[in-house]
Amino acid sequence: MSANAISRRDWLLSERPQSRLQARLGRAYMTWRRFSANRLALIGLAIIVALLVVAAFADLIAPYPPTVGDLRQGLLPPSAEHWFGTDDQGRDILSRVIYGSRLTLYVIVLVAIIAAPVGLIVGTVAGYAGGWIDVVLTRITDIFLAFPKLILALAFVAALGPGIENAVIAIAITSWPPYARIARAETLTVRNSDYISAVRLMGASPWRIILRHIMPLCISSLIVRVTLDMAGIIITAAGLGFLGLGAQPPLPEWGAMIASGRRFILDQWWVAAMPGAAILIVSLGFNLLGDGLRDALDPRGSRQ
Amino acid sequence: MANVATAVEPGRRRKGVSAVVSAVLRFVVVGAVTFLGLLTVTFFIGRVVPIDPVLAIVGDRASASAVAAARQQYGLDLPLWQQFALYLKKALTGDFGTSVLSSNPVMQDILRVFPATLELATAGTLIGLFFGIPLGVLAAVKRDSLIDQIVRVIGLVGYSIPIFWLGLMGLLIFYAKLDWVAGPGRIDIAYEYTFTPITGLFLFDAAIQGEWAAFADIFSHIILPASLLGYFSMAYISRMTRSFMLNELAQEYIVAARAKGLRETRIIWGHALRNAAVPLVTVIALSYATLLEGSVLTETIFAWPGIGMYLTNSLQNADMNAVLGGTIVIGTVFIGLNLFADLLYRLLDPRTRA
Repeated sequence: MSANAISRRDWLLSERPQSRLQARLGRAYMTWRRFSANRLALIGLAIIVALLVVAAFADLIAPYPPTVGDLRQGLLPPSAEHWFGTDDQGRDILSRVIYGSRLTLYVIVLVAIIAAPVGLIVGTVAGYAGGWIDVVLTRITDIFLAFPKLILALAFVAALGPGIENAVIAIAITSWPPYARIARAETLTVRNSDYISAVRLMGASPWRIILRHIMPLCISSLIVRVTLDMAGIIITAAGLGFLGLGAQPPLPEWGAMIASGRRFILDQWWVAAMPGAAILIVSLGFNLLGDGLRDALDPRGSRQ
Repeated sequence: MANVATAVEPGRRRKGVSAVVSAVLRFVVVGAVTFLGLLTVTFFIGRVVPIDPVLAIVGDRASASAVAAARQQYGLDLPLWQQFALYLKKALTGDFGTSVLSSNPVMQDILRVFPATLELATAGTLIGLFFGIPLGVLAAVKRDSLIDQIVRVIGLVGYSIPIFWLGLMGLLIFYAKLDWVAGPGRIDIAYEYTFTPITGLFLFDAAIQGEWAAFADIFSHIILPASLLGYFSMAYISRMTRSFMLNELAQEYIVAARAKGLRETRIIWGHALRNAAVPLVTVIALSYATLLEGSVLTETIFAWPGIGMYLTNSLQNADMNAVLGGTIVIGTVFIGLNLFADLLYRLLDPRTRA
């Protein structure tokens, strides 16, 4: 077999891919090479993978239950038994931070699932349809883009009532406009290209063109933007939790945990410090990952 | 480019004037549309999202007659579009109803607390400018050096850290442990009754009255929250300065200036930064707007009696009129600054004027 002589690397980097699969794998390989050359991006990826693992196996990793504490063991400083100390109700803070990762993931995944498709649809439809539809949709997008996000989310939660689901809705409502902008810009660059005209001549409906031929092209820039927005979403959700408008006690949401530690900040600093450090690390992870993805997926548009 | 412009000077000037007019017109029209959008969204939040808007206004504990009176007073028995028209009319005259919590008109409350926020956001922006611009310039000039890395880290951390947590940690370290600054609040209780505010900007008021002891106390209160807000402003400003400066330093006129034998400091601070200053003005306006928003959580931490604390207090007491009024005021200032930044950019940059 002479095929063995061709290394796997050469097969992936082949100038003339024999199949669609080979071409796709080849592109993925090159993206990965660009991404993994960036050490900071790898650190970001490691943090996010760690977050996923911790959230998935919280039951196994957490040394204590997250919502039940021993009142006699309240407000203990960090020690060998309680690495992050305990809170006023004697609950182990490390275990609460570990279980809190699930809530953080819950919020960001739901916000991304709601906001990204909304932005994608608004942007591609505006860009492809053009005319008055474009004007109206772009105007609405710009109006939402001009609003202060946190304030608007606060007002929405005030009307909807506190709770983690309502916090998700409020954040999603305020975070779709940038995605619409990106999707519209990408759509405008491809809408007059030959292959779209070819598909149209073959009788494809506008919806089919948007769904099958335009949206896939917007995905990579959208993924970059969503990843970079994750940190902002986490911080906004934590801010709502901190104000008592997000996740309600006894849920171990990081922002709400900081709020409960606020009373003890001067003497038992660890109650508020630990969940905040968790937010900082996870946000940093998403920012590093997003920067790396941007550089890898879009070498042209990366920083100067 | 430059000599083409001089060759068609008369025509260009007329064009320039019309460009100014169109930029101002754009500012007005887009501003009006966006403001209308803000009012629509807040109307939606106040009247459509809650199951019973009357309860949202008067609160859960109101008597049945109070509920009925409120329903009539706010026109909540009218069709939705009439309610909207009424709402617009009132909002445009600055009438956001009465706050349940303070039983004052919401607008009066907001005007009372607004100077505190203005003072804090201004101090934060000034700190951000003072450190952000030199850092950004140095990072661009010495690319990939230590200072460039520091600017990157400052930016990354600025995008990743919750401001309310940073505020708590700041209080813990600089107030409780080191005792360098005063704690929460705006002014010490010792001065609370002897100090008379004039403009509501306490530092300014103390300075013009020559109350230097009060000034020192006020300064000690504002320095920590302003520095924290300033950090976020600095993170943003230094990042943008770096990027604008890199752009300028790659231009040909820089090469020409070097060839002419100008000193490097003169080239960087005199020529490149002056051109980078045009987009920077818009960045400063945007940063100011962001700080106004960021002050909401900061004020809660530092018990700073500004619009942010007013808003969160109202939120926690379900005082819907005050929440919507505060949202509209902050939103309006935010939108205004955003569009003002856009307008400045159009007016100041000769390339967008052509």
